[in-house]
Amino acid sequence: MKNGFRIFLAALVALGFSWCAFVLAPVLQLGAEKQTTVLNSSDLYPVQRGDFAAQGLQVYRANGCAACHTAQVQQDGVGCDVVLTGMGTNQPADFKAFMKSLCELPDLQNCSDSLSKNLAAWNGALPKILLHGAREADAGKLADKLSAAGLKSEVRIVATGPDIARDWGLRHSVAEDFLWDDPVQLGSVRIGPDLANVGARFPDARWQLLHLYAPQVVVKGSTMPPFRYLFKMEKTRGEPAPDALKLPRELAPPSGYEVVPTDQARELAAYLLSLRAEVPLHDAPFTPPAPAPARPNKP
Amino acid sequence: MNEIEKLDSEIDASCRVSLLALFVGAAFWLVVASVLGLIASLNFHMPEAFANCPWLTYGRVQPAADDALLYGFCIPAGLGVALWLLARSGRTPVRGALVPFVAAHLWHLGVLVGLIGILAGYSTGFRWLEFPRGASSPLFYAYLLLALWAMMTFGARRERATSPPQWFLVAALFWFPWIYSTANLLLVAWPVRGVTQAVVAWWFGDNLLFVWLALVGVGAAFYFLPKFCERPPQTFYLALFAFWTLVLFGSLCGIPQGAPVPAWLPVASSVAAALLLVPLLAVVIVAWRAVRGSVLSKWDHGPFCFVGAGVVCFFLSGLMWMALACPEICRVTEFTWFVPAQAQLQLYGFFALTMFGAIYHILPRSAGFELPFPKLARAQFWISLSGVALLVAPLAIGGVAQGRQLQNPGISFAVISNSTLPFLRVSTTGQLLLLLGNLIFVLNVFGLASAWKRSVLKKALALVKAPLETAEVQA
Ligand code: HEC
Repeated sequence: MKNGFRIFLAALVALGFSWCAFVLAPVLQLGAEKQTTVLNSSDLYPVQRGDFAAQGLQVYRANGCAACHTAQVQQDGVGCDVVLTGMGTNQPADFKAFMKSLCELPDLQNCSDSLSKNLAAWNGALPKILLHGAREADAGKLADKLSAAGLKSEVRIVATGPDIARDWGLRHSVAEDFLWDDPVQLGSVRIGPDLANVGARFPDARWQLLHLYAPQVVVKGSTMPPFRYLFKMEKTRGEPAPDALKLPRELAPPSGYEVVPTDQARELAAYLLSLRAEVPLHDAPFTPPAPAPARPNKP
Repeated sequence: MNEIEKLDSEIDASCRVSLLALFVGAAFWLVVASVLGLIASLNFHMPEAFANCPWLTYGRVQPAADDALLYGFCIPAGLGVALWLLARSGRTPVRGALVPFVAAHLWHLGVLVGLIGILAGYSTGFRWLEFPRGASSPLFYAYLLLALWAMMTFGARRERATSPPQWFLVAALFWFPWIYSTANLLLVAWPVRGVTQAVVAWWFGDNLLFVWLALVGVGAAFYFLPKFCERPPQTFYLALFAFWTLVLFGSLCGIPQGAPVPAWLPVASSVAAALLLVPLLAVVIVAWRAVRGSVLSKWDHGPFCFVGAGVVCFFLSGLMWMALACPEICRVTEFTWFVPAQAQLQLYGFFALTMFGAIYHILPRSAGFELPFPKLARAQFWISLSGVALLVAPLAIGGVAQGRQLQNPGISFAVISNSTLPFLRVSTTGQLLLLLGNLIFVLNVFGLASAWKRSVLKKALALVKAPLETAEVQA
């Protein structure tokens, strides 16, 4: 290394290599990415957001929500759930006794512990998850035994891992989920919960707006900063505005006034509601849960 | 004064105005960074403090603090050190000092615009690249000018054979324009689609925070450590090896495990990160050979302590960087406070400490004045070092605790959030210490600068007065 040109060459080679690998190759591989079809259906995914919700992503960016929130769910792998959906004329007690006898079979040794644990506190409500995240072979054996005994059951494919168990999503996030996002806000720290699927967890815009205005009112001891500057106080004209916040006494505006969201807050809430990664894809399969009644909002 | 000393002082003087412009601005942003960092951490003591103040909300102040440290302090300080070092080791003065002087001001102007942009809500939304377009173009051109001048000084060197510090610094000069233009073009000007954005942003972050800082900081350490210990550098080939492995493996890290991207990307990154141990060890061995036997006798020499501690922090932060890319470990550490802990150790523990040492050595020589508060500068070493420890250790330990709890879905998120609070509070005291250390640094740098300005004024005054007197005499 007598001359400067060789240093230049060394840097050129090293950085050029990393540029080809981590800039050029991903652009070529992913740059022409298109919508994919949902697993076992012809629907296209992801659907582009409306202008209003897309504008909300800019509010999200401008206020640095990604400094505290990730929007990427991870999973350890996939497993099978065995769900009991019908018992015919059997009583729960009979069923428990039957399961006890099954647990003694050598075929089902792998899962006997989790089976008996899952059934210990069961009061007979259906559908009941008998096995969770089991291997496919074990789940199949159990389902066969149940159907031989005239019981109705289903085997469902589910993703497993702590994020899934926290109810942060039904599957891990994949490249397709972010197709329309600009800028992509994956985040790197979880000071707050993951938001990849927050629209499914809290589908009520009023809840979202109240939480943005006063996180500490909705969640005791929350360290999320309130975003009150996205709201304005207005004189009530006749009837209260439909989206005026219902605030507890200590935060309520003086009488005759009400707190209403600005457009920015509404856009942000619309964006949050649009964060739903709920459909199975080829590279992230799972069996969608039967359409359940809308989940109640929980703090 | 013999020939060599005369040339040395001529070189020092030729960098004077450029270095003062770079370092005075850097010192200013350093304090701004720690004030912004303190405002951000206030959020965990009273989250409702800035509910009505968009400019000071956590999501804006926190990236602004990081960028003020990285772009405001680290890069201009590094460029100043590189300029001086290339001039000194090439035994040639810097010509046309006006250009780097103007470029330095342009750079600091860019940082000002960028920080205001972030606080006003115009951040680009990409980690370490938050500055909006109005700031990134002045930064880019200012860097080009400064790098060009440093390269010209290097090209005009009288000592043709190059030494390890020069390779590191020249590579760094070249590194930044490439990564900064790529990232700005593909993320801001003509954004690529979907997660490719995230990949480019991670690539940029790794190449700036790990590779660029390592090239400049380690290059400076390889120059100063043998110099402070008064012995010739003897480890040419090992340093060459460290250089090659650092640029090859370092530039391929950065894609987190489990990211929603094609699987080969994180795998490539984790292999590169495992190989990173090679350059880390090589750097430590080179540094150790340079200081072996003199550590105890040099313990009261301020700049030596700063640079030495910087190398130790470089090794530790490199290990943490490796841990974040190791699939088994990052299951726990990913998405936790461990991530910012590593970044702070890299930015503050490694780079800023090294630069403090370098600047305390360079600036008095270049400006031609002694440090105004040398005793405080010595105290600053201990203050800053304990500040780094109190900032980084709680975040790293708290991050591991947080990660273990996140792995257990039985523990609710609110409980986890609460149990990290004590760690955050301790780290705030670390930030306070760092602020104190930074204030001492500013006091010294500003004191030196104003001593120089006063002397320039005096000379100018003398010039103005002199002809007047003769005129009076004649009248
Ligand atoms: C200082 C870090 C911080 C910032 C910045 C922040 N959050 Fe949060 N966020 C939290 C914490 C902590 C929680 C959990 C406690 C709670 O629900 O309030 C949370 C919870 C949430 C939740 C409820 C999620 C759930 O599953 O309970 C939503 C929605 C949310 N934040 C949206 C946002 C949006 C939108 C922004 C930006 C405008 C934002 N957050 C900025 C820390 C933050």
